[in-house]
Amino acid sequence: MKEQFTISVFTENRIGILSHISIIFTRRHINIESITASKTEAQDIYRYTIVVTETRDMVRKVVRQIEKQIEVFQAYYHTLDEIIYQEIALYKLPIKVIKKGAELEKIMRQHHARILSVEEEFLIVEKSGHKEETQELLEQLEPFGVIEFVRSGRVAIIKSMWRFNESLHEMEKHKQETLV
Amino acid sequence: MKEAVISKAVLSDNSEDSNFTETDKDIGIRITGSEAVVKSLLAEGVNTIFGYPGGAIMPVYDELYKYQDQLHHVLTRHEQGAVHAAQGYARVSGKVGVCIATSGPGATNLITGIADAYIDSTPIVCITGQVGSHLLGTDAFQETDVIGITMPITKWNIQITQSEDIPVVFAKAFYIAKSGRPGPVLIDITKDAQFNELDFEYKKCTNIRSYIPIPVMKMSRIEEAAKIINNAEKPFVLFGQGVILGKAEEEFKQFIEKGGLPAAWTILGLSALESSHPLNMGMLGMHGNYAPNKLTNECDVLIAVGMRFDDRVTGDVSRYAKQAKIIHIDIDKAEINKIVKATIGIHADVKDALPMLTNLIDKKTHTKWIEEFYKLQQIEDEKIIQNDIFPTQGEITMGEVIHIISEKTEGNAVIVSDVGQHQMITCRYTKFKQSKSNITSGGLGTMGFGLPAAYGAKLAAPDRTVVAIIGDGGFQMTIQELGTILQTKVNLKIVVLNNNFLGMVRQWQEMFFDKRYAFTVMDNPDFVAIGHGYGIKSKKIETRDDLSMDIQEMLDYDGAYLLEVIVGKEDNVFPMIPTGSSVAEIRLD
Repeated sequence: MKEQFTISVFTENRIGILSHISIIFTRRHINIESITASKTEAQDIYRYTIVVTETRDMVRKVVRQIEKQIEVFQAYYHTLDEIIYQEIALYKLPIKVIKKGAELEKIMRQHHARILSVEEEFLIVEKSGHKEETQELLEQLEPFGVIEFVRSGRVAIIKSMWRFNESLHEMEKHKQETLV
Repeated sequence: MKEAVISKAVLSDNSEDSNFTETDKDIGIRITGSEAVVKSLLAEGVNTIFGYPGGAIMPVYDELYKYQDQLHHVLTRHEQGAVHAAQGYARVSGKVGVCIATSGPGATNLITGIADAYIDSTPIVCITGQVGSHLLGTDAFQETDVIGITMPITKWNIQITQSEDIPVVFAKAFYIAKSGRPGPVLIDITKDAQFNELDFEYKKCTNIRSYIPIPVMKMSRIEEAAKIINNAEKPFVLFGQGVILGKAEEEFKQFIEKGGLPAAWTILGLSALESSHPLNMGMLGMHGNYAPNKLTNECDVLIAVGMRFDDRVTGDVSRYAKQAKIIHIDIDKAEINKIVKATIGIHADVKDALPMLTNLIDKKTHTKWIEEFYKLQQIEDEKIIQNDIFPTQGEITMGEVIHIISEKTEGNAVIVSDVGQHQMITCRYTKFKQSKSNITSGGLGTMGFGLPAAYGAKLAAPDRTVVAIIGDGGFQMTIQELGTILQTKVNLKIVVLNNNFLGMVRQWQEMFFDKRYAFTVMDNPDFVAIGHGYGIKSKKIETRDDLSMDIQEMLDYDGAYLLEVIVGKEDNVFPMIPTGSSVAEIRLD
């Protein structure tokens, strides 16, 4: 049975890692629903968060193949109940919507959205949340004439108290032992 | 520290004749990137490289000219020849094979061999020249994104644009290529990085923080596995190249001998265990032996050692060893549970895991179970093997040629095969006494692999007899490499088994495509004349009477020898597990 998995990949900072990771999905015809990359709390370690909908068995195989990449430290996969996650969405609306102030304000309040910027011809609304939530806001804003809409990839934090630095330390300890 | 190195380097201006020595490590010398490439290779103990020059790699070639007394460069006739030769060299020596090519077409011509080395876990380092860094991404002359192209087929690849990076990158490359599950590494060097100078200091790489070559072995898994083996009544061991790559031939033998465990090999595992060993039950897979295939679906415990359940081994995987508990030992975690779900997966170097397992298993003989193998062997022997290797009439068979070569070399030769019918026959009928003696393209099935891999193998093992067994199709895919043999005067024995067909495809056409021989008939040239053209002693055999004598003559001859043997035009390889069938459905005819 396919379900949504969030894959977290910890890597060195090197050009080309993204391609290395993404071709592993391409080979097996797995669609990447979203991908984000950022630095982590650990120095010089980067983290990719990848969302896919696949069977657990397939995700496990792919994650093992990602981990084989020399510059990948570790890769994990989690179901939705194992992570806290968030996405951000931006909506560009024509400035004339100001005239419908009360109606717009109500929607904004309901959705905990905010106005990020007001320009001469348009304004930008920002909302963070899960995909369904930002999608719902999009649908409600559509009658106002959305000029542009963009949603970020997912960022996710694993619920357990695991720390990357600790597992890095474990890796080093193990290597010292096996070197002897 | 760095400044101290530079000042000393400025003082020592005699880099011209300096070999790599211990003192170089300490002093650091000012040299060009291209010289650093050569010195890095020397520091890694490389003494033979295979390559082909061209514009973007010329600075390195200029250094190779200077260092030719220390580093033997073999000029191949095509870059594909260079990479296959490096593979053959690596597979026989256990060392890292090295090849070198220019940018663009030079680099792309390496691709087949790199993919081959990747799927067959062969440690090679490929060096390619690249256009100057200011031209990268501009579609410059002979520019190709070889890093992008080789990403899915290398264990690691990297582009060097700064000459200072050369020693560090080379050290990492060799470490990655040979550690853990070995594989190909590609280093792409821009022309400016070859020209620019650096302070050369070489330190071997022993650790990369994001990379764990030696897995953490879980003792509990070993204990569980031992318990399962001890309770088994019909245990069966499958072994692959992991035993050879892990240098664990002895540990493996002790393991099967103590447990009384019958064992069968994948074609890359062939020669890890001597052919005459009473527990050696032969070859697995599509054209493997009858007994091990049939009994895969009757054993109660299947122990896979350093192999990866290739589809040519498993047949229909949904009907593969379903009755058995499966223990899978592999150094690559991604292989465990990839194809076959393991009851116990042991992520470990076989060299570490096997002695621990041997310690915990009971001494047994499993005589009755082993009898079952012998019984089925008998059937195959009567129905197939005798006819294959001792025919009395009709055309010459591939089997009898291989059998005679095997007998005459007494199992001590390195046998290199190409891909196709002759490859299956070679693996089936050659008897081996020594490990690292069967060189073939297994995973990728690269026609054209045989000839260059064979001279690579011969250069790695100059004291051993090396025989290349090649079909008429595969021979013509890299036939230009006869030129390399001419130039290096390598004493290689080449046997072309000529049926004037692309035999394996023809066999499938006969069996599954109503004998519609679509483009598998070959109008071949006069191979003997071609051999003579390259200054290689050559002979053609068409009758059985001369066979044994002529093979002897070839083996005795001091120098390269090309022997063309005309074999049965429409001979088939049996047994066979047709695609989509289970291993138990193996056909004898």
